[in-house]
Amino acid sequence: MDIQLKRGIIDVCVLAAIKDGDSYGYKIIKDMKPYLELSESTLYTILKRLELSGMLTVYTSEHGGRLRKYYHITVAGLKRIEEFKNEWREVMSMYQFITKEGAKNE
Amino acid sequence: MSKQEFLDQLRLKLVGLPEKELCERLAFYSEAIDDRIEDGLSEEEAVSDIGTVDEIAAQVISDIPFAKIAKERIKPKRRLGAWEIILIILGSPIWLSLAIAAFAVILSLYVVLWSLIASVWAIFASLAACSVGGVAAGVIFAVTGNFLSGIATVGMGIACAGLAIFAFFGCKAATKGTVMLTKKLALAIKKLFVRKEEAK
Repeated sequence: MDIQLKRGIIDVCVLAAIKDGDSYGYKIIKDMKPYLELSESTLYTILKRLELSGMLTVYTSEHGGRLRKYYHITVAGLKRIEEFKNEWREVMSMYQFITKEGAKNE
Repeated sequence: MSKQEFLDQLRLKLVGLPEKELCERLAFYSEAIDDRIEDGLSEEEAVSDIGTVDEIAAQVISDIPFAKIAKERIKPKRRLGAWEIILIILGSPIWLSLAIAAFAVILSLYVVLWSLIASVWAIFASLAACSVGGVAAGVIFAVTGNFLSGIATVGMGIACAGLAIFAFFGCKAATKGTVMLTKKLALAIKKLFVRKEEAK
């Protein structure tokens, strides 16, 4: 898949993973696993990018005697998900056009 | 491999990175391993699930802008003495010119590479122009009387068009290859900077 396109979508996937409650690295990867495989290194880069652009905030909390980083979605992050849904409607209608053309040629 | 071994090896591979960045990355992988162990994996399994040290190091280095790595390398680890500063200044006609020369050599090699690419594209452009021009000139020849040489010129024009099509694919592949080479070179240079520190 086109790298630029995929990167944008994965960013939204990570936002969706923390949408319903704060989460941490390993849980995000586990929650996404049935849908897409993501390595720790890739996730790190995405989380950093989302933090810098103000889509999420990070805080550290103690868990079982050690520290764990939690990620919390911001209003801007929630807005990004909504934007993506609208954008995707456009993409889907284009997709329908593309596949309709294909069917006619067969 | 134990968690500690993994983190120690990763630290060694990334030692040229800014300290804050390095600590943050190591903490991230440490947390990832701990979470896997908590999830029921053995320490060994948890470490291998994360990926190999080399893979992770390569990805981390390619993520970080070159300027950041270079800045960290150049930053002295201790304050320089007065004599050292004087020596650096006095020696500047030598080391500065050497550094500029080295930089210029690398830059010129890179420019040569891209000019090669430019020249293969120029070949493509000239073939394309020849094909259009040849066919047009041939038609004019044929119409104005010299029919045989007209047809021959049209034929040459069409041959040029064929060559141009071949050349196009060659040019595209060469450009793509050079872009990939550039990326690899950037990674290699970054790695060089990180490794140097490690050897100390």
